[in-house]
Amino acid sequence: MEKFLEINDLSVSFGVRGGLFLRKIGTIKAVNNACFSIDKGEIVGVVGESGCGKSTLARLILRLVEPDDGSVSFNGTDLLKMSKKEMRWQRRHMQMVFQDPYSAMDPLYTIYRSLCEPFQIQRIKLTKGEQRKKVDALLELVGLNSDHGFAYPHELSGGQKQRADIARALALNPQFVILDEPTAALDVSVQAQIIKLLEELRERLNLTFLFISHDLSLVSYFCDRVIVMYLGRIVENISADLIGKTPYHPYTKALIESIFKTDPGEKKLVAPLEGEVPSPFNLPSGCVFAARCNDAQKLCREKLPVLENTGNGGQVACHFPLIPLADPIG
Amino acid sequence: MTFLKVSDLEVEFCVDKKKITPIEQVSFEMKKGEVLGMVGETGSGKSLTAHAIMGLSSLVGGKIRGRVQFGDKDLLSLSEREMQSIRGSQIAFIPQNPMTSLDPVYRVGDQIVEGLYKHRKISKRAAKLKALEIMEKLQIPKANHVFQQYPHQLSGGLKQRIVIAIGLCTSPQLLIADEPTTALDVTVQAQIMRLFLKMTKDKGIGLLLITHDLGVIAQVSDKIAVMYAGNIVEFGPIKTVFNTPHHPYTKALLNCIPTIGMKKGTLDAIYGNVPTVGNYPPGCRYQPRCPDRFAPCGTIVPKMTKLAEDTRVACHKYNGSKD
Repeated sequence: MEKFLEINDLSVSFGVRGGLFLRKIGTIKAVNNACFSIDKGEIVGVVGESGCGKSTLARLILRLVEPDDGSVSFNGTDLLKMSKKEMRWQRRHMQMVFQDPYSAMDPLYTIYRSLCEPFQIQRIKLTKGEQRKKVDALLELVGLNSDHGFAYPHELSGGQKQRADIARALALNPQFVILDEPTAALDVSVQAQIIKLLEELRERLNLTFLFISHDLSLVSYFCDRVIVMYLGRIVENISADLIGKTPYHPYTKALIESIFKTDPGEKKLVAPLEGEVPSPFNLPSGCVFAARCNDAQKLCREKLPVLENTGNGGQVACHFPLIPLADPIG
Repeated sequence: MTFLKVSDLEVEFCVDKKKITPIEQVSFEMKKGEVLGMVGETGSGKSLTAHAIMGLSSLVGGKIRGRVQFGDKDLLSLSEREMQSIRGSQIAFIPQNPMTSLDPVYRVGDQIVEGLYKHRKISKRAAKLKALEIMEKLQIPKANHVFQQYPHQLSGGLKQRIVIAIGLCTSPQLLIADEPTTALDVTVQAQIMRLFLKMTKDKGIGLLLITHDLGVIAQVSDKIAVMYAGNIVEFGPIKTVFNTPHHPYTKALLNCIPTIGMKKGTLDAIYGNVPTVGNYPPGCRYQPRCPDRFAPCGTIVPKMTKLAEDTRVACHKYNGSKD
């Protein structure tokens, strides 16, 4: 059976210009050989620290950024071979909810007008009455009412704006929605509301989500599978049930240990990692994580580890995984 | 002697000829060397409380009422000049965003020693040595080199360390840190919080830590004050509040946080939104969202009720149980 979404060796690098006459002074490999797949109805999370390429990965899948290399196949069709026009038509199946609800909506448009835009862009002809009905149904779907349609974005709270943003993404009945840090700008109580809404929508509309976040606790709660990225590379792909118990990659473990637990009985104030994420300029030849890894050995600095199957549905890119791999050949 | 005792703190602003009070009846106390975590959602008045304690709200046109006793002084009755000798010297402040709170046109070293020059009689050389010592304690690599750099040349984590160094270099008795690690990545946050806490504990500095991250509070604080819509709704030792929360808001807030290993579909949400300043409901401000509300909640403002030594809650459910 073909996969719902399959991504192979997806890479992109950006040229950095500077100096006199803005010469090209280097390249940043934002996403490097990303490989993973998503089944229908699955929620896959992507976590990593800022600058690790999470958002770029999302943009590559939707071809908002053109990849240098690799392939993205959605329901068996290769998206990268499509023309611009075909791709636009294709995007009605795949939508995105953006990071910052405060800037994702046009401030000069009412919510109603913003929600009509998807239909206009896809040239779906609707009468005024049909349009009204559709938008009201969308607003109701995300827990707003038709009065909110008359409001401008600045009149809504952050949570309401994010709901409107989700409504816009759902306007064309997509099968696949990419959520790029949908709750990062919100308070915890509102975050919980939005997460509950997403859980409900997924059940009701049979959606598949790619959920991008820097919050590992949230991702492990909401998602079925978690992809951990570091400096543009996928270092681990693991089932969400296992992530807290048996991570394979030292970076995943460090991320988990960095979380401040909401249990005052369990005070642990050891910082698991030294230093900061290095600059993505001129990446080292070996493992990208080697410079900060506590278990790094000579091999790690020389040879780049590739993603290998862990034997229980996951993959890890590490020469010395924390748990020996069940079947090293995969 | 009291270290810090805030009683009935209230800040009033005049907006469009209407008087609004973003914070009201804020009372709490801190002992010397204690870490008090103050938690609340956006707009609950956490930062404003910090600004009011330092007497900064009056600079932006707010009227501060109540009493802030620090040692043997009432900070609110001091003149601006007297306050200036306390600010930065005995009470230091670490602002929220390290990216914007450093002056981009001064070398970071000069910004660290500025407070020392102003408040301590110290030579240029001694001030630099003192700054370098603190920078090294904060594990800033190549402190000597960083001392000469400008803020834009440093990473977010380093900038935050510099801001912390500025707060710590005059060895204040009270440090108010407003979301000191919110802008940072988790791995860097873990490093900085640990260092920061160690330094305040070693020097016996009292720390008022303002954050919306309950995880950080649980890990570093001795006591916690939960704020909601401009009021403190619960105050108590960290273990008591986390293990047996009394206020319905605290309970709900703790259930909103996803954790690793949590079963799917078990996350709770709080219905509705935080009321905005000036649109507070009558009676208890949490009442429209509270599942436990009953008759007096909609009309009478609940008073802080003492439940045990150091544990207080503002909720009608506990009124009259003990006083």
